[in-house]
Amino acid sequence: MESSSVMRSTRENALLRTLKLLAHNKIGLLGLIVFLSMTLISFVGPLVIPPETQAHVDQIYQPPSAAHPLGTDFQGREMWKMVIHGGRDVLIVAFLAGIITTFVAVTIGAVSAFFGGWVDSLMMGITDIWLTIPRFLLLVVVATLVRLENVWMLALFLAFFGWPGLARQIRSQVLSLKKREYVEAAQLLDLGAAHIIFREMLPNMMSYIVIAMINAMTSAIYSQTGLVFLGVVPFGNNWGVMFSLAYAKNAIYNPNAAASLLVPMGAIILFQISLVMLSRSLEEIFNPRLRRGV
Amino acid sequence: MSSGATALRPKKTARELLEKIATNFWLRTIVKKVFIVWVVVTLTFFIIRALPGNPVEIMVMSLMDSGLSSEEAYTRAASLLRIDLNAPLSQQYSDYMSNLLKGDLGDSYVLAINKPVTTLIAQRLPWTLFSVGTSLLISFVIGMFLGTLAAYRRNSLLDHALTNFGAAIESIPNTLTAIVLVLLLGVTWKVVPLNFMRGSLSPGIKPGFTLPFVVDLFKHYAVPGTVYVFSTLGGWMLAMRSSTISTLGDDYVTVARARGLPDLRIITAYVGRNASLPLITSLAISLGFVVGGSILIEFIFVYQGIGLLLSQAIGKRDYPVMQGILLVTTITVIVSTALADLLYGWLDPRIRITGGGE
Repeated sequence: MESSSVMRSTRENALLRTLKLLAHNKIGLLGLIVFLSMTLISFVGPLVIPPETQAHVDQIYQPPSAAHPLGTDFQGREMWKMVIHGGRDVLIVAFLAGIITTFVAVTIGAVSAFFGGWVDSLMMGITDIWLTIPRFLLLVVVATLVRLENVWMLALFLAFFGWPGLARQIRSQVLSLKKREYVEAAQLLDLGAAHIIFREMLPNMMSYIVIAMINAMTSAIYSQTGLVFLGVVPFGNNWGVMFSLAYAKNAIYNPNAAASLLVPMGAIILFQISLVMLSRSLEEIFNPRLRRGV
Repeated sequence: MSSGATALRPKKTARELLEKIATNFWLRTIVKKVFIVWVVVTLTFFIIRALPGNPVEIMVMSLMDSGLSSEEAYTRAASLLRIDLNAPLSQQYSDYMSNLLKGDLGDSYVLAINKPVTTLIAQRLPWTLFSVGTSLLISFVIGMFLGTLAAYRRNSLLDHALTNFGAAIESIPNTLTAIVLVLLLGVTWKVVPLNFMRGSLSPGIKPGFTLPFVVDLFKHYAVPGTVYVFSTLGGWMLAMRSSTISTLGDDYVTVARARGLPDLRIITAYVGRNASLPLITSLAISLGFVVGGSILIEFIFVYQGIGLLLSQAIGKRDYPVMQGILLVTTITVIVSTALADLLYGWLDPRIRITGGGE
């Protein structure tokens, strides 16, 4: 009981320390603020602001003005409301895909490196094959096959195609950790593979794993955008669907319609950049060698 | 990493053969690559056939949309397509595999009826290789230059601007970059006429080594090419920066400085050459992914490459074409990865290919 509370407090300290360091890093702080506020707006906004379900035929493709802050789309719907409602699905898919990708990659990478021998050969063999396959093309083909109607399916699907690169990185991390003294000590104490991997090694790779997860989120959004644009994941009303529809309706050639195309695209780009800024700053914080630039 | 540690206990000759394969690096590599190709072929064969809606159904639906009754549509589609999808899957698979071994990828079902898939791919592949390959080289050269610049001026304002910009553009989906460019260059500023953003050649221009052809080729390439360069530039830049920074700390650079060699010579011959080693291998690997990376951009610009062919084939469920493209793509990736391994051993004699260990 006591030991667990001590552990929790050190963990909280680590989080607090990270936040403090992040506060000194201008770019990281900006990234964090943008990331948090976009997440907040996407999840809380739809509860406060009613969805824009009605078409307003007389208001089609209004450029941004005082009455329509972000313009209107091809059905005369308010873009600002649409954008607030369109973030949740994209973000949930990104979070889920990020978590699942990281989980699979960490498990495979850690087990492979920890046990070595034929387990390692087999797992890395599979990873190599999976790395060699043109995954985005396969993703497109398979996405046509599986009706990806909910966010879970899409997230699982993106994770299924996204893990191999990270698994290789985790494997080399674990390989180097394996030679550390505290791991050797734990092995001598015969603490068991699960204990050593999850209690001894992973906490020491936590910063690395968090950064990897943010990067996995970035690439989940990247592939998701492409899949939506090709029309293979047709669900819901989200930023990806919004800009793809606007593009399909030739909004690009209509100067008044530019907003309906650019606003959802801007939302995706802004979120991606905030993730990148966040992950780069965390990397700088946790890996001071980068800061000194040596 | 001895993959030959088999649990099998076959006859002696077979075992000897296995051991030979397991110990010989090149043999093992080749067996592994062939195995990967087989996995991809088999996987795609069954995945594609599990897709909802087979080519006949899709064609019947489009014929019915054009006003035919369902029976008329069926007879028309059956006479047009001349394919037997009712044969057992195992039969279809063994037929496909035996044809494949003869180098026959089958005929297209729908897109270009009864035209060999190899011909179709041969028509489209050069466009993709040209457009993506050229962009890759441009992006690689610019990225190397900017990365070196950032490394030499590290922690300066320029470095921060460059690295953050590089990381940011790498995360922007290339679809979005393409749309923004079409909007800005074609619609808002009207710098590039819109007809140069559709297709890969103007109508009436014949391929050949003539001036109008080359000019037209690059006019159509300019915008999609910019998208490719823009979306890959950041990666090269960041990789070159960190590679250069770690090279700058090496002893031989200090020695070269101590010997009073001119800066330019140190930058190019000492630092640049060594720092670019790991990048050249990744360049070889990316060349393999050229084909796979093109589908979205070719879709937007209607660029007549292999990515567009694939999206058309998916739309019409043209099984042999889809399969052929995935096969060609996989083979390019495998060949270029092998090339990268070879190249690395040749460029950097410190690395000995032993085929094992970390």
